[in-house]
Amino acid sequence: MEQDTLPAIATPPDDTGPRLAGDLAIWFFILAELLAFGVFFAAYAFTRANNIELFDAEQAALNRNAGALNTVLLLTASYFVVRAVQAAEHSLSQPCARWLLAAIACGAGFLVVKMFEYAAAFEHNISLSSSPFHMFYLSLTFFHFMHVILGMVILVAMWNGARQGRYRPGEMNGIETGAAYWHMVDLVWLILFPLVYVIH
Amino acid sequence: MSSDVHGTPRRATLLWATLIVATLLTWGMGALGATGKGAIAALAAISFWKGAVIILDFMALRHAPALWRMLTLGWMILVWVVIAIAYIKGMPQ
Repeated sequence: MEQDTLPAIATPPDDTGPRLAGDLAIWFFILAELLAFGVFFAAYAFTRANNIELFDAEQAALNRNAGALNTVLLLTASYFVVRAVQAAEHSLSQPCARWLLAAIACGAGFLVVKMFEYAAAFEHNISLSSSPFHMFYLSLTFFHFMHVILGMVILVAMWNGARQGRYRPGEMNGIETGAAYWHMVDLVWLILFPLVYVIH
Repeated sequence: MSSDVHGTPRRATLLWATLIVATLLTWGMGALGATGKGAIAALAAISFWKGAVIILDFMALRHAPALWRMLTLGWMILVWVVIAIAYIKGMPQ
């Protein structure tokens, strides 16, 4: 990919005050999503408080390596999205598209790792009804999994837009809106991973 | 017109590297079986710091109106406080 220095922004910014990156509507949607995940996390924590031995034993059987690998994949995807937005900010459409493609590859990697994890769980007859821990593990991670899939669809749309040269200074709303959604998916996982896979 | 709120590639790369190191730290604490109040506090602090990087830098809320920082960082604080209460509640007296 290109070096770490970018050419100056083609057009000087005409505003210096605070600015929310992306469409206002996506930020209300993100807040709603954060609230939903927050309730889920609280429900997990308080259910565990009444089933500590069970939760700790079943958490210990999870594949923590897969969870950590997926954290690295999501963080790296988020980093690539930031680089794509920075490239767009400097009217570099093709580098922008390449960074987005790299982010899509990381997102796909997350989904593959998660599917292997689910396959291993199903082999051990783990299901929503097998225990309170497994109910939370499967539903929380699958709820997040669905968000990653939606995020991937958005990244592909952004990639397509970047290839057509749609993003540049003054035309950043589309890519910033999609980027904000993707970062939200990452942000939620940063709590989900330590909570479900590590803390006991 | 957009102002340059997304920082520099160099800063983004440095932040990404620290996020990866923090993730390895969390994974290592899990592998060592770290438990108890200290471990939970450390894991929550690492998670909070990583989330703050995503919120302030990657989501570029550092340059947004303060209300959006309060709502998102406030959400993260609230979630960890609730988790901490539940975990302390479940600890042997």
